[in-house]
Order: sequence, then C-alpha cells, then structure tokens
Amino acid sequence: MSRADSTATTARAIRRRELRTLAQSISRIEQDDPTFAPVERSLYGGTGRATVVGITGPLGVGKSSLVSRLIAHLRAIHRSVAVVAVDPSSPFSGGSVLGDRIRMERGDRDAGVFIRSMASRGYSGGIALATRRTVRLLDAAGFDVVLVETVGSGQVDVDIRDVASTSVVVLIPHLGDEVQTLKAGLFEIADVFCVNKSDLPGADQARRDLVELVAFGTPRDGWRPLVTATSTTLPAGIEELWNSIERHERFLDEKELRGPLRRRQALQEILDLMKRRVEQDLLPRAQSDPEVRGLLDRVVGGTLDPPSAARRLLKGPARPRSKTT
Amino acid sequence: MTKNPAAPPIRVLIAKPGLDGHDRGAKVVARALRDAGMEVIYAGLRQTPEEIVRAAVEEDVDLVGLSILSGAHMELIPRVVRQLKSQKAGRIPVFAGGIIPDEDAKRLRKLGVRAIYGPGTSLEEIVRSVRAIVGRSS
Ligand code: B12
Ligand SMILES: Nc1nc2c(ncn2[C@@H]2O[C@H](COP(=O)(O)OP(=O)(O)O)[C@@H](O)[C@H]2O)c(=O)[nH]1
Ligand SMILES: [Mg+2]
Repeated sequence: MSRADSTATTARAIRRRELRTLAQSISRIEQDDPTFAPVERSLYGGTGRATVVGITGPLGVGKSSLVSRLIAHLRAIHRSVAVVAVDPSSPFSGGSVLGDRIRMERGDRDAGVFIRSMASRGYSGGIALATRRTVRLLDAAGFDVVLVETVGSGQVDVDIRDVASTSVVVLIPHLGDEVQTLKAGLFEIADVFCVNKSDLPGADQARRDLVELVAFGTPRDGWRPLVTATSTTLPAGIEELWNSIERHERFLDEKELRGPLRRRQALQEILDLMKRRVEQDLLPRAQSDPEVRGLLDRVVGGTLDPPSAARRLLKGPARPRSKTT
Repeated sequence: MTKNPAAPPIRVLIAKPGLDGHDRGAKVVARALRDAGMEVIYAGLRQTPEEIVRAAVEEDVDLVGLSILSGAHMELIPRVVRQLKSQKAGRIPVFAGGIIPDEDAKRLRKLGVRAIYGPGTSLEEIVRSVRAIVGRSS
C-alpha cells in the first residue's frame, strides 16, 4: 500500500471511530511519529466541532469521579464523549501510574464513549504536550464532547485554557487556604467552579465563599464564573454542572468569542511547537556543532552575553523592543 | 542495556478481574513498573473481562497484567485471553500473578499466558519479565 493510501485508510478508520486505529493513533501522536503527520493533516479540516471541556483542580477532589458521572449524563442526553485523563510522569524514572480509569469504569460503556489515560511525560504544564493533538483526533473522530482531566497540580494547569473552550475548576469544602493561595491562577482558568463532595459538611459555606469571591472578581471577557455544587457519591448536581458548562459555551457563541478564542489557542500551539523545534534543534548542537560550541565558549568566557548569543542563533537581526506589552 | 531515547515507555495495564478484593500485590507491581520507567494504567478492582479488554485496546498497551488471589483464575484469565483474540487484539500479551497453583499455571501458559508469578516473587524479576515479553526496555 502506498503512503497516500495508508494515510487515507487510517484517516477513514479514525472518522469511523475504529477503536484500535484510534488508540494506536494516539500512541503515534505521543511518540511524535513523523509518519502520522499526513493523517493529522488530512483530518484537520474536519475538526473544531467538539465541545472541549477541561476538568482541573487539586488531587483527590473528585475530578475522575465527576468525569465518570458526566459520561453517564452525556450518554443519557445522547451525546458521544471522549476522555483524555492526564497524570504526572515521575521526574525520576519517567514512569507513571495512571489511575483515573479506576473511577471511570462503571459498566455502562458503549461505542459512544472512549477513555484514554495519558502521562505528562515531563511536560510541566498540567497537560501533556500531545494532549492538544489527541483532542483534535477525537474531535475528528466525531465525539460530541471531549473531556480533558488535568494533572491537578495547581497553578501550572492554566494551559488547559489553551485546549478547552470551557474550563471547570473543581474544589471541595475546607479547601479555603488552597483557594486563597491559588486564587490568581484559579480565576485565570475557571469558567465554571464546581464544589464537589457537597455531601460533606461545609459544602454550603464553601459554595457561598466562592460565590462571594467570584462576585468581587473582574469578569473575563464579560463572563463571571458560575459556581455549582456536586456530589458524585449521592449523586447530585451533575446535570446542573453540565448545564453551566453549556451556558458558557452558548455565551462564547452569543458574544462571538469563539473566533478570538480559537485564534489565541492556535497562536499558542504554534508557539509551543516552535519552542520545541528550537529546543530539539539546539540541544544536540550544543555538542555537535562547532558554531554553537564556540558561542557557548564565548558566553562562558565572558566575551559574549547570552542575549547576543541567542540572537545570533536565531539568526535574526537585533530588533527594537515593541513599546506595547 | 543502553537506553534508547526514541523508544516510547512500555505501557502496561494492571487489572483485577472478578470480585477479588486483594489489591496489594497489584499495587506493588504497578509501582515497581512505574519506578522502572513504565506507564502503568491501573484499572483497579472488580473488572469484568470485557472491561479489561476494552481498556487494553483503548489504552494501546504493550502488555496486560492480571492479578488474582480469589481462586477464580481458571475462569477469568482464559476469558480475557479469548476476548482479546475476538477483539482482534490477540497480539497484546497477557501475564498474571497472585495465588495460582502450579498445575493451573501450566494450563494457563498453554492457553497463551506468557508468565505467572506467585507470592514472594521479586519485583526485579517482574520488571525483567515485562521487558522480555514486550521486547524492549524503558
Ligand atoms: C492480606 C490478605 C488479605 C487482606 C487483603 C488486603 C488488600 N487490600 O489487599 C484482607 C484481610 C482484606 C483479606 C481478605 C480475604 N482473604 Co486474604 N489474604 C491476604 C494474604 C495474607 C496476603 C496477600 C497480600 O497482600 N500479599 C502481599 C502481596 C504483595 O503479594 P501478592 O498479592 O501475592 O503479590 C505478589 C505475587 O503474587 C505477584 N503478583 C500479584 N499480582 C500480580 C499481577 C501481575 C501482573 C504479576 C506479574 C504479578 C503479580 O507479585 C507480587 C509480588 O511478589 C493472603 C495469603 C498470602 N500469603 O498470600 C491471603 C489470601 C489471599 N486470602 C485468602 C482469603 C480466602 C481471603 C478472604 C476470602 C477471607 C474471608 N473468608 O473473608 C477475604 C476476601 C477478601 C476479598 N474481598 O476478596 C486466601 C485465598 C485462597 C485462595 N485463593 O484459594 C489467601 C491465599 C489466604 C489463605 N491461605 O487461605 N485478605
Ligand atoms: N464524599 C465524597 N467523596 C467523593 C466524591 N467524589 C469523589 N470522592 C472521593 O474522592 C476520592 C478522589 O476521587 P477522584 O475522582 O479520584 O479524584 P481526582 O484525583 O480529582 O481525580 C475518591 O476516594 C472518591 O471516592 C463526592 O462527591 N463525595
Ligand atoms: Mg483523577
């Protein structure tokens, strides 16, 4: 089979949601397999239809449990749903225990549900580098909703906003201090706040505190985060949570904010890809390329400052800084 | 063995089929594989063979590890092996551990289970076994 044939076959299998092809394609994305690029290119035109929801918040607040409940709700209202659950890789071994699935298997699985666990593989932004491309693949596969559960390590999760159109920050009662310290980061992320474990004491207070915090904050693009309360054990509030997510989605459409959002996300993705290209290009050259080695020698020897070295490597002429920030 | 930076981490699904609540062994094995640089999808307790096979395919794992201490291994393990085949995922190898008598282990190996480890097996041995079965290290 020629390369073009196999590209078309793979792309078709993905659009038909053929399970094994979908799963193996995600592995190829994670491995940054260059032979997969043509498939991604050919699928790209069919993307942008899925509602992409980020679920973030500290470890143990119930993100995976909520995802599980949301899956059931979405199936009940006849939406297909794919999940990407990101967990951290160990900085020491590079390995990972991906445990989100434990909460997500409920025996109500069908072809309208796809769950994939993903290790962050050293990428510190709370979502794996491959997450965006995986989300796009699942979008191309025709899933109505893609839920992305992030690592849950606090402030660094802000880049879920580069992937999701609606971001849900999950908290639990008695997380007051955490809310205070994370306040800035959380408000940057949250379109919807979810106080989970509302079956526990203190939930009402936590909810009121958040409502107050939100009321004092400045709305971002005219949107004030909604505050919902859920319990995955009762269960309670799951439908309200989904409705809040949809309200934000409608808001994006009504205020014509989806275009600017996509533009910002596209720019960020291109920037991230370029950063990585530069890194992949430069790191080996620090050993192998006499020019780079020479520049490094001069920086270390004190005859060239690092900004000048960086400028030379980028081969761009020195540019005046733009006045606007 | 030198580490190949281009080789992706080995992905292993660790699951406990049936109603068996003994999860220490599965957790210990999961952590050992993580510490050896592998990505372990820990599916937890009380999985049906159907759920295990679905997870193995969705997660595109290199290996499925089943932990059974309940005595139901002769029923559950062959079901997982059969279903993997019927889902066209028969190329995904299976290994197992727990309380499995030698005669049963022999019969399971004939069915295609690649290796079986009982109580007291060293974690190094299990890590080595994974690398040997998958045919790469990570
Ligand atoms: C601790 C224990 C418990 C704890 C479990 C706690 C927990 N969360 O795990 C508790 C008290 C809850 C418990 C309860 C029961 N237990 Co109990 N329990 C044990 C005991 C003493 C040790 C098991 C253990 O944790 N070992 C430590 C771990 C690290 O070892 P491991 O699991 O064997 O794992 C190693 C290997 O087997 C292997 N391995 C394991 N899994 C995997 C997977 C893969 C992929 C690989 C490669 C390797 C591998 O690698 C590990 C490292 O070497 C064993 C006896 C024994 N010596 O094994 C009985 C034992 C397993 N229990 C037994 C029984 C009968 C029960 C109960 C039914 C008792 C009852 N009547 O209530 C209940 C059932 C509980 C349930 N819901 O399933 C029997 C099982 C008999 C059988 N299968 O024929 C045993 C063998 C005791 C006996 N001699 O009768 N139990
Ligand atoms: N009481 C209570 N416990 C919950 C609720 N949701 C999740 N949990 C428990 O919180 C723990 C962590 O849940 P998990 O979904 O894994 O959290 P994650 O780390 O944020 O993904 C588990 O023990 C859950 O059973 C809830 O609504 N109420
Ligand atoms: Mg989780």
